[in-house]
Amino acid sequence: MTERDLVIVGGGPAGMAAALCAYKNGVKDVLIIERDQRLGGILNQCIHPGFGLEYFKEILTGPEYAQKVTDEIRSIKQIEVSLRSFVVKLEPHKILTILKPGSLQQVKAKTIIMATGCREKTREMIHVPGTRPAGIFSAGLAQKLINIEGLLPGKEVVIVGSGDIGLIMARRLTLEGAKVKAVVEIQKESRGLIRNVVQCLNDFDIPLYFSHKIARIYGNKRVEKVAVIKVDDHFNPIEDSGFSIDCDTVLVSVGLIPENELIEMAGVAIDKKTNCPVSSELNTTSIKGLFVCGNSYKVYDLADSVSLDSEIAGKQAAEFLGSRL
Amino acid sequence: MIYDIIIIGAGVVGTSIARELARYQLKIAIVEKEEELAFGVSKSNSGIIHPGTQNSPESLKGKLCVKGNKLIRKIARELGVDFKQVGELIVAFNENDLARLEELKEEGKKLGVPRLKIVGKKWLREREPNLSKNAVAALYAPTAGIVSPYRLAYDMAENAMQNGVKIYTNSKVSEIHPIKSKENSTAHFEIEIPSGTLKSRYVVNAAGLFADEIARMVGIDDFKITPRKGEEFILDKKREHIANHLLFPLPSKTSKGILVIKTADGNPMIGPTAQDGDDKKDLSTSDQGLKKVLEGVNRMIPSINENDIIAYFAGLRPVAGDDFIIRHENKVPGFINVAGIQSPGLTAAPAIALMVCDILKSAGLKLKKRKVFHSHRKKTVHLFETSLRKTKKLIEKDPAYGDIVCRCEMVSRKEIEDAIARGATTLDGIKFRTRAQAGRCHGGFCTTRIMKILSESLKKSPTKITKNGSGSEIVTKERDND
Repeated sequence: MTERDLVIVGGGPAGMAAALCAYKNGVKDVLIIERDQRLGGILNQCIHPGFGLEYFKEILTGPEYAQKVTDEIRSIKQIEVSLRSFVVKLEPHKILTILKPGSLQQVKAKTIIMATGCREKTREMIHVPGTRPAGIFSAGLAQKLINIEGLLPGKEVVIVGSGDIGLIMARRLTLEGAKVKAVVEIQKESRGLIRNVVQCLNDFDIPLYFSHKIARIYGNKRVEKVAVIKVDDHFNPIEDSGFSIDCDTVLVSVGLIPENELIEMAGVAIDKKTNCPVSSELNTTSIKGLFVCGNSYKVYDLADSVSLDSEIAGKQAAEFLGSRL
Repeated sequence: MIYDIIIIGAGVVGTSIARELARYQLKIAIVEKEEELAFGVSKSNSGIIHPGTQNSPESLKGKLCVKGNKLIRKIARELGVDFKQVGELIVAFNENDLARLEELKEEGKKLGVPRLKIVGKKWLREREPNLSKNAVAALYAPTAGIVSPYRLAYDMAENAMQNGVKIYTNSKVSEIHPIKSKENSTAHFEIEIPSGTLKSRYVVNAAGLFADEIARMVGIDDFKITPRKGEEFILDKKREHIANHLLFPLPSKTSKGILVIKTADGNPMIGPTAQDGDDKKDLSTSDQGLKKVLEGVNRMIPSINENDIIAYFAGLRPVAGDDFIIRHENKVPGFINVAGIQSPGLTAAPAIALMVCDILKSAGLKLKKRKVFHSHRKKTVHLFETSLRKTKKLIEKDPAYGDIVCRCEMVSRKEIEDAIARGATTLDGIKFRTRAQAGRCHGGFCTTRIMKILSESLKKSPTKITKNGSGSEIVTKERDND
């Protein structure tokens, strides 16, 4: 078993900002564990602009933002990066079990920063009745298919929920030649940024239905249509307000859930409703020296805010290490 | 060439029959209309190996279930199937129901269900702490167990293939013609499938929901299959220990009620509903189904709530009256119906297979043992059930075990490539075999990677990769590069 001063799980904007700041505050032994083949996390598939205004004072796309931080990480030899590496177990006394092609190893860390990000809420979590054909995607998966794999998920699309990824994808799909027939939002207002509603829906004349929900998905092999219905203030369906939309694709963009299953395994107290760590101070958990930052600490709107708050986690880890000497 | 036996339907029943018959010197084939095996009734089975209770002592269901429960243990060992004997409790909530529990116990005893016992409040509190305080007693059947229904079917099929059985997928039977010999008995059958005509001396109809339609092709029309829908809801793995046994409420006349089901995969399941319909393709779930299941399950475990649910699905039970129909059709010599195999069909499957062997023998088929029958197959590796020490060894031997594709369920590239080598061609086929995409994120992170592996291994364009066969393509086209 090897020993490390600081292990950071996750090489997205949060993990990288934390690593850089920890290094600048005196930590000279940092290991970043990243499951993907490159650093940057979800930024790599966010090819639209709108990143960096606060953190870099310039407008960047996701991959540009990721590259800038990655370059800095790569220039510091005391920060080791382990790609295609996957933590399968985290024990309360900070022992991590890491799998990667060809090896399984255990690492004992003096301090840990978890920067594991979020996963998307699924169709199943909002209990949409109906069938389960091909053609139902989380918005982020659709984004990955188009932007990374070069594949078009469908031709006629209905988007459930007006989260930012869903809005961005409405525009992206339209630009790729698909017809986005509607965005259906159960709330009275969008849960995404106003700029995204304007630039991604209004500019493309995509209808946005507030106080509506998808009542049912139809289709045996592939999605054929969805039933839509208006809801009252308590989200109960209003009779006779239903209509249906023919489509071959449904995108689900109804929010994000912090990925905290590993720290839960280690015994960290987790809020059952939000899946965030129960915490009195930014980035801290119920285990001393185990920090959580970025979207796994709480769901952020902007990557820039993730970077800024995660720098604080880097500093906290450095202070924790310093206090132990 | 003429097969000795063609089995129609590659569900758990068809594959069990094939594996049993493969012991003999026979030419056997299975024809399946879907792209992969176990894609019909079997894929929605809840995986319970019933002890035999809750069946009338005279029924085929009861007898074959008790026998199947005994047989499955040896088969599980031979095939490397993950059978766990967890036991079941049939729970009564009312002092007045105690007599009914005693009745069930007596019926079970008559069938030969071993070690049945009525347990009281104290026993229940100690062993099922999450069970409702209103529970007054339960019938405990320790021999109940769980198994993965589709992995059992796949393993049966693979072992059958090891012993020479041929499987035709994407092969929907459109016509069956009995060809008469000079003595006016059936010489053989001609079975039409899209790729041509197959000939066989005997036909076993294990076509699940469509067994009545297959039977009608040879003029048998005295039974009808009614699809009885069951909606089931899967809970997060974090709730794995919400129950320590399979929990049943005291049953009604038509249904075993809403259950708490432990599964081979760890995630508990709640359900199923029971609703007769007329559409054999209707696998939709409903708000009412969810409501009914939650209400039912909360009578047993009050702490289960909507937020525990990570997935749901509906299955259709092939109902042909009260009991199974397993018989040789004297009107059509050589044609055997195995129809109406609803619960406890999974448990009964190995016993059904033996019964079909006997029927074939009585119908004139000579059963001569093969010189070599490969009874064992190598256990399929699943990292999620492998110790870390063993995982380390596996990775050192083959680096691809360390290449994790599905993070929620910890499935490696090696397991996915193995599944493809063993016959998976679709995303659902990968899911049922490996559990990749079956966890919390529902494939949000791993779908593209699995599509790529499928596409590379099968040398197919990603646009041809499907969820569960033709018509369920995942993407419509590649992005235009102009």
